[in-house]
Amino acid sequence: MIRDITIGQYYPADSVIHRLDPRVKLMAVACYLVSLFLFRNVAGLVAVTLGLAGIIRISKVPFRYMVKGLKAILVILVLSTLFQLFLTPGETLVQIWKLKVSYEGARNAGFMIIRLTYLILGSSLLTLTTTPNQLTDGMEKALRPLGKLHVPVHEVTMMMSIALRFIPILIEETDKIMKAQLARGADFESGNLVKKAKSMLPLLIPLFVSAFRRANDLAMAMEARCYRGGVGRTKMKPLSYHRRDGVAYLVIGAYFLGVLLLRKVS
Amino acid sequence: MMLMILDHVNYIYSEKTAYEIQALKDINLKIEDGEFIGLIGHTGSGKSTLIQHLNGLLRATSGSIYFQGQDIYDEGYNRKELRGKVGLVFQYPEHQLFETTVFADVCFGPKNQGLSEKDAQMRAYTALHEVGLPEEYWYHSPFELSGGQKRRAAIAGVLAMKPEVLVLDEPTAGLDPKGRDEILDQVAALHQSTGMAVILVSHSMEDVAKYVGRLLVMSQGSILLDGTPREVFRHYQELEAIGLAAPQVTYLMHELAQKGLAVDPDATTLGEAKDSILQAFGKRQRRNRQENYD
Repeated sequence: MIRDITIGQYYPADSVIHRLDPRVKLMAVACYLVSLFLFRNVAGLVAVTLGLAGIIRISKVPFRYMVKGLKAILVILVLSTLFQLFLTPGETLVQIWKLKVSYEGARNAGFMIIRLTYLILGSSLLTLTTTPNQLTDGMEKALRPLGKLHVPVHEVTMMMSIALRFIPILIEETDKIMKAQLARGADFESGNLVKKAKSMLPLLIPLFVSAFRRANDLAMAMEARCYRGGVGRTKMKPLSYHRRDGVAYLVIGAYFLGVLLLRKVS
Repeated sequence: MMLMILDHVNYIYSEKTAYEIQALKDINLKIEDGEFIGLIGHTGSGKSTLIQHLNGLLRATSGSIYFQGQDIYDEGYNRKELRGKVGLVFQYPEHQLFETTVFADVCFGPKNQGLSEKDAQMRAYTALHEVGLPEEYWYHSPFELSGGQKRRAAIAGVLAMKPEVLVLDEPTAGLDPKGRDEILDQVAALHQSTGMAVILVSHSMEDVAKYVGRLLVMSQGSILLDGTPREVFRHYQELEAIGLAAPQVTYLMHELAQKGLAVDPDATTLGEAKDSILQAFGKRQRRNRQENYD
């Protein structure tokens, strides 16, 4: 049940995508996200789809596993589709009672669904193929120029990596607490909204208590190892570019250009 | 009477992903009313997975489970009621204690069963007495209790539902030897007085051997040995092969027997061993004396 959440999880596999430098992957995701909102026609859509499908294929992450992450945004997806469908003015396509579905609305709704779905799929691919450690290293290096503007880059990325690292731990903990309370006859599903919210207390209180305990333990462990932020800190495995990273940059550039050019096709 | 039957139960975690693990492999098991069972195995041997099947928290990938003659996977079978009958206490009491006072927390289970406030309080009162938690702690926050007291509160929380089987997952983990013996003695006393079946999960042989009537040894998802502690410890070499050890007494007695002393190598507790050794020495002394007379 709760274990189905795949946001921020790493999926171990042996693929080129897994081996790429995290900076390349960050760049790729950034380009990909922009490209999602650049295309305006079916030709662009096909290009983006092919790009995404290709990368998923190469990454060796089972598609079934990725789709699970979509469940989380299902509500947003349905809501935004409905708004697009009924609230876009234009040429009327169908009319149900007082609600009009316009041709533009249907088109916008269709693109919206595809954009949001691709958005989640593409960005989850980043965390699925990159370990949290690598991801932080990549972030830290890519954001280093901001350090000149006195942005605490190391601290920010450290916080991010801790947050990412704790997602699976807290999910597992939630699962255990849920089971312990289910074993005592707790019911998390039935009843109205108020009753449901109340039934969450036996789950949330132990979860909070344990989250605070873990945070405390972690702070203690970091202090015991003399952690004091990023100044003068060196890496055991410093990031370095390989040939495949160069090739990947070229592929990303070509993809982005392609999408830009397809915008001109009408 | 037969309480529970597990028939060819298999369970696979995260099927069809890179994390796929077969946690249970073809488990066949019969549990009688009122039995006191020890379930032993290494971390990752599948014991925690197995007990979560007993009250329906996990659903077997294949195979069936019968409780009091009814298939628990039948459509319309009330699994919430089953959880009241198969009381499962998890390893960490921190995962279930949440109320403002210990007493209120113990009331949570019976209230979920649909009992009135008053009946729930009666149950809580009895349960807290049964686990031997001193009355002065009843109205403290459960988070202020010591490790051993928390565990008692957690067990009481499940006992208050009046289960027919009590399943305890590592009830002694993280306790000092004194706390461990206290909890186990209390559980044994409970088994004596209420007559309910008890399943004690542990990774330590020595802990459970002296209490239970039947031992199940799990390894890599299957049940390796099943029998009385004496029978199981006879296979001490097999136990060693899977990284478990028989009680130290077993080793001592086997070595003495090999050296030619007429002791009972199956003695499992310190008391039995002592009697057996004394007896063996007694016989030898008598024989020696007789030889001197002749």
